[in-house]
Amino acid sequence: MTMPLMRPKRKNPVLRTRQMNLPPWARGRVALGITAAAAEGRFELQTCEDCGTVQYPPREACHKCLSPRLHWQEQGGEGRLLSSTTLHHSNDLFFRERLPWRLGLVQLDVGPTLMVHLHGEVVDSEAAPTRVRVGARLDRAGQAVLIGFPNEGSAHMADDKMLREMTSDPNFRKVLVTDGKTEVGQAIVRALVKAGADIVWVGHAEPWKKMGGLDDISALPQVTLVPLDLTNGRSVTELAGEIGGKVDIVINNAEVHRSFGIGSRRGTDVAKAEMDINYFGLLRLAQEFGPALKGRSADGTTGATAWVNLLSIYALSNFPPHGTFSASKAAAHSLAQCLRAEMRPAGIRVVNVFPGPIDDEWNQHTPPPKLAGSALANAIVKALRDGVEDVYPGDVAQEWLERWRDNPKILERELAAGG
Amino acid sequence: MTRRLSYDGVAVAVPVTVPYQRYSTLGAHWFLGQAMEALVQASGLAKEEIDGLCVSSFSLAPDTAVGVTQHLGLSPRWLDHMPTGGASGVMCLRRAARAVQAGDADVVACVAADTNHVDSFRQTLGSFSNFARDATYPYGSGGPNSIFAMITAHYMRTFGATREDFGRICVDQRSNALKNPNAMFKKPLTLDEYIAARPISDPIHLFDCVMPCAGAEAFLVMSEERARDLGLAHAVIRGAIERHNAYSEDPVMVRGGWRKDRDDLYAQAGVQPADIDFVQTYDDYPVIAMMQFEDLGFCEKGEGSAFVRSHTMTHDGSFPNNTSGGQLSAGQAGAAGGFLGMTETLRQLTDTAGPRTVPDARLGLVAGFGMVTYDRCLCTGAVILGRPA
Repeated sequence: MTMPLMRPKRKNPVLRTRQMNLPPWARGRVALGITAAAAEGRFELQTCEDCGTVQYPPREACHKCLSPRLHWQEQGGEGRLLSSTTLHHSNDLFFRERLPWRLGLVQLDVGPTLMVHLHGEVVDSEAAPTRVRVGARLDRAGQAVLIGFPNEGSAHMADDKMLREMTSDPNFRKVLVTDGKTEVGQAIVRALVKAGADIVWVGHAEPWKKMGGLDDISALPQVTLVPLDLTNGRSVTELAGEIGGKVDIVINNAEVHRSFGIGSRRGTDVAKAEMDINYFGLLRLAQEFGPALKGRSADGTTGATAWVNLLSIYALSNFPPHGTFSASKAAAHSLAQCLRAEMRPAGIRVVNVFPGPIDDEWNQHTPPPKLAGSALANAIVKALRDGVEDVYPGDVAQEWLERWRDNPKILERELAAGG
Repeated sequence: MTRRLSYDGVAVAVPVTVPYQRYSTLGAHWFLGQAMEALVQASGLAKEEIDGLCVSSFSLAPDTAVGVTQHLGLSPRWLDHMPTGGASGVMCLRRAARAVQAGDADVVACVAADTNHVDSFRQTLGSFSNFARDATYPYGSGGPNSIFAMITAHYMRTFGATREDFGRICVDQRSNALKNPNAMFKKPLTLDEYIAARPISDPIHLFDCVMPCAGAEAFLVMSEERARDLGLAHAVIRGAIERHNAYSEDPVMVRGGWRKDRDDLYAQAGVQPADIDFVQTYDDYPVIAMMQFEDLGFCEKGEGSAFVRSHTMTHDGSFPNNTSGGQLSAGQAGAAGGFLGMTETLRQLTDTAGPRTVPDARLGLVAGFGMVTYDRCLCTGAVILGRPA
């Protein structure tokens, strides 16, 4: 049984805020294949296309038949715990600060032996080898590690001390949602409250405008509305001065979305407005809130942990009917990769969300399936809980991703022809 | 398998130890240089007469053996670099012996040396191998302690061995170390102290772990004829084996590659395990020493704990093991740890082991074990040395 996480005590302001020491970050290029899959929540191992051998650690040839034809295949992770140990000493600062730390040696049913971090609920039985399920997670350094999970976990297994180092659960955390006036923004706020968030600051750019739904969420005891206009540097700076030192998770969902590409409109005003929020807005927000988050990433059990960007599947490949919007999201995606690299040394996870068309007013002409705001909100909370870093919620996003992965050039031609 | 040539006519001589230091600001080259100087002085050879060089070192990087030739002003006509840690003693000896037999070199210096700066050990661990970087160091960064803890726990569960059994190995090695002036540990160790030591990675506790330090071990390989001419006391090679990545199908290590080749070893030497007067097991962890008792044929698999309960393993005991104190009590000077059993065996067989002499010893077995790249050590080797006929 994992004890449920209790509300952390108030921070003693006299004490120095502990700084992050990351776990070992170095990996070879081949091993990063595990990270690439774990970033999307999958556990994949190298499999030989010629003889079917599943191998670990990752290699550049099949150790059975020497074939170089290796591909990454998703694994169920079922196996048996051969042995385990509890570390009382470590040569690395990250672990030294978190001792004791459990490790296990697991033989997967498909063959290889894996060294894993061991979940607290896995009992290493003397009698018979314990059945475990191995999964991959991103650690605080953003690199994949393998974890031995109990075959049947308890209700609070996510609160395991080791597992919490890999995830960004909103429970007891303080979150900024940058735009509360959209249906999606309000759905995110409700989902965060449901997930146990302590405080949700909700930005609204033009307080004098009464928007539907804001009253409902501001009635929630956890919610505080704050003025925030991402087009205005001073507005961002002022809010960061006020709450920057307390925010644990930033969810940047503010966006401007207009349809059409190049030829259907005169001038650049609309494109500029899109860029001003979707790209420059992220830049302004990251410059003000990024350093604050980095400074508090090791601040107790519920310290600063994640940054979520609402992007679009159109960021991967331009969708001409929404051409300038696609371009602004592609720019934001590129900047988000930069942000991820800059947040990495502090262990702050940058989560990029790439939804397909959302069921809102700006997608009125887009045929279904369209993503409901609540589904998008749940996908974001799930990503935080699972420690996933790239999320493609909804059927359209999944399908486009598959086509893009298969061949980006073919997708470009298909999108030029209307989808 | 082709029948192997014997190692007849090869002498192993001039055991040299550069005293260990816990930490040193000096480089690996300094310890290599000191070892070479000691070899020259003790052998009476001119430096130029040493025409073969085999080097084992981790902290030498980015240099290899060839860099050592220029650093120390050597011009060998045969050169080998053997960065295989705990197996390098046996592996250097095998290669050097063949070079001498073939006439590729007359006198080969086998030298293992490592320095140990204050932060060396931690830095070595994360970059020890690609697999360590990718698949073990990110898991708690315990270094070999964590993987051998799991091997030990699995062995204990499978065969019913206890911490006391491993403690016997460590305690007896400590009593041997007390008679070795070069040993880092100078205080006796009791079984109670062993059991009460602080945990490092369960079930491994403090005295199951070696202490990393700086130092060097070295010896010379030449023809017996040459050794006699030089008046050098020496030992001869009765048999030698090595094996790499054996039993990779075992999901967790329960046996080492010695087992695969031990019949070959004893056949080549023309002896049986019972004929061996003392052994120098590779003791990175006591469980590995116990596996060597089994895999080298001194007892059956799984009987290691009964075996240690029925023997004393001090130099004057019924089964002398690691008569120098081994790495557990003498210290682990990096790759020199893989040479420690070799120099100690030469001292035993040339009557220079002083107060820790094994009485009437004629045959000694040295085992090597090296390179934990992922979940086990990959290299195993063993050599039986004897007194010249």
